[in-house]
Amino acid sequence: MTELSAHLPQFQHGQLTENFPDTHLSNTNDNSERRRHDNSERRRNDNPESETNGQPQNNIQQVVEQDEEEDEELTLKYGAKHVIMLFVPVTLCMVVVVATIKSVSFYTRKDGQLIYTPFTEETETVGQRALNSILNAAIMISVIIVMTILLVVLYKYRCYKVIHGWLIISSLLLLFFFSFIYLGEVFKTYNVAMDYITVALMIWNFGVVGMICIHWKGPLRLQQAYLIMISALMALVFIKYLPEWTAWLILAVISVYDLVAVLCPKGPLRMLVETAQERNETLFPALIYSSTMIWLVNMAEEDPEAQRKSKNSTYDKQAPASQTRNEDAEADDGGFSQEWQQQRDNRIGPIESTPESRAAVQALPSNSQTSEDPEERGVKLGLGDFIFYSVLVGKASATASGDWNTTLACFVAILIGLCLTLLLLAIFKKALPALPISITFGLVFYFATDNLVQPFMDQLAFHQFYI
Amino acid sequence: PAFGLFLFTIARDPLRIIILIAGAFFWLVSLLLSSLIWFIAVKASDPQDERLQKGLLIFGVMFSVLLQEAFRFLYYKLLRKAIEGLVALSEDGCSPISIQQMAYVAGVGFGLMSGAFSMINLLADALGPGTVGIHGDSQLYFLTSAFMTMVLIFLHTFWGILFFHGCEHRRWWEIAAVVIMHLTVSGSSFCNPLYVGSLVPSYLLMAAAAAWAYLLSGGSAQNLRRFLLCKW
Repeated sequence: MTELSAHLPQFQHGQLTENFPDTHLSNTNDNSERRRHDNSERRRNDNPESETNGQPQNNIQQVVEQDEEEDEELTLKYGAKHVIMLFVPVTLCMVVVVATIKSVSFYTRKDGQLIYTPFTEETETVGQRALNSILNAAIMISVIIVMTILLVVLYKYRCYKVIHGWLIISSLLLLFFFSFIYLGEVFKTYNVAMDYITVALMIWNFGVVGMICIHWKGPLRLQQAYLIMISALMALVFIKYLPEWTAWLILAVISVYDLVAVLCPKGPLRMLVETAQERNETLFPALIYSSTMIWLVNMAEEDPEAQRKSKNSTYDKQAPASQTRNEDAEADDGGFSQEWQQQRDNRIGPIESTPESRAAVQALPSNSQTSEDPEERGVKLGLGDFIFYSVLVGKASATASGDWNTTLACFVAILIGLCLTLLLLAIFKKALPALPISITFGLVFYFATDNLVQPFMDQLAFHQFYI
Repeated sequence: PAFGLFLFTIARDPLRIIILIAGAFFWLVSLLLSSLIWFIAVKASDPQDERLQKGLLIFGVMFSVLLQEAFRFLYYKLLRKAIEGLVALSEDGCSPISIQQMAYVAGVGFGLMSGAFSMINLLADALGPGTVGIHGDSQLYFLTSAFMTMVLIFLHTFWGILFFHGCEHRRWWEIAAVVIMHLTVSGSSFCNPLYVGSLVPSYLLMAAAAAWAYLLSGGSAQNLRRFLLCKW
């Protein structure tokens, strides 16, 4: 039964679209807002002085100069907090994946491959294997590219319904089907007896709550938890169904692709970001993980008090689109229309929205003049990033001879890569691909640790030497 | 205990967590390079000769110790630069984190990573079936490993503080002392499985380093007494 159901996803994958993660962190529009904010604040501060010393001109000039520095300050000051806000979910996802891989043997058994990777790696010669894996990787990457371009085209021509539908179907699949398989395997591993009715009830509840949380509204923590869970599920599927060399090759190529797609002027992702910005919308209901709520609280224009009341740190930023929190992502199906997240969270709103803000969901495109409280600025990371990080760490723990050492090394490498990426984000303030640096570090450390450090540590442990 | 240290003192402040992870990263890189050297040496030598292998291993260990200290120094340099950046950026002109805190966190980072690498495979194996020391090796293998790892983690922490302090005040003898201590501890582990030879000196050295670091950080016997009396 399991064998059969295991084969199903392969066929289903054929029908579903696979879009890959382009994950970018970005930081748009931040400057202008902050500048405005700083301006207003400074002016408030400076005004009494300007009256006394009678040199308003100087003050304003100073204001402008200092604004720039303050921009940087604010960015970097909140940098550490944001990094941690991202560390925690990435760590959680990786921990879940590693724990599953270590305990449930299903995900390390070779049960066949996806139809996207038709060439097998059980060949006789090394050369043949290399060739096969290169072909596999090429096919996979081209599928991803095609999907991304399709997505961009759909977005450009405003076929929102199609995109919505696609995302909903994929999240349905992920939430119900994959978690059913996962649950089944976990029960098998721990030899827990369970009847179908209970399982059906549990999966149904899990799935429905997940759909609501992700696509609509729900508590922030719950949404984050769901996003982490589906990223983990997706990563597990990849780990299971991708043969070794193919997996490493794909990881490498996809980080290159990410780099290219985001930074090149003609890259699909970049076009997507720009289109979204032109239209002042949020990138669509996508697959992004956000560390705080993105509420659209533009009604602040009319009602600053209500907004202030609703949460301690109301932070309303310009108007690019209303992005309701729920429109935040889900990672999708076998393919993932992962959305890369670009916008450095500009639109952080209160954590719990008031009924009024909920009503005012569709943003007014005008720039609101409300003062922002920059405390709760958050960062967004695409779910594809989560997935690929977890794939890397999961593969490391599954197939490495160094076992935990390798896993730990890859983990630290990925976290450091994430740190560096966020640092770059703070410096450049625009959409950045989150994959390349981390994956590069991760790959380097994986291969190095597995081949070099492992024998060394083994010998040391054997003789009980300590370094 | 090291993990407890982490929870109580580091987990609150995000900046410290970053410094911790970066410290772990630096240790990892140093380990990587040293194992690279060892690997090359092993490949270039005769795999049959056991004494040679053991000698190479010892050489590898020493080299690794030196590399670790070198990387600690590099990390110190990096943190100096970072502190200047943080000071420039902060509102009130002083850094949100002092160099001593950084030293402490960096030490913990190094220590945790080294401890993790030493212990974790052991722990994983310990979960499985088997008897300790069935082939005539010591039966206390796990226990001593645990203690040794703990002492090493603490030592790294103290060495971090001492090292940074030495760099700050340009007292080269402090830095040299740290390096020598590290070499001694690693060297003493060569006496294993004669555990008396390795554990006891290590603990003594740790106590010494602890006292020294405490004094350097501004503590004193008086403070200690006041602290203990207050609480009680």
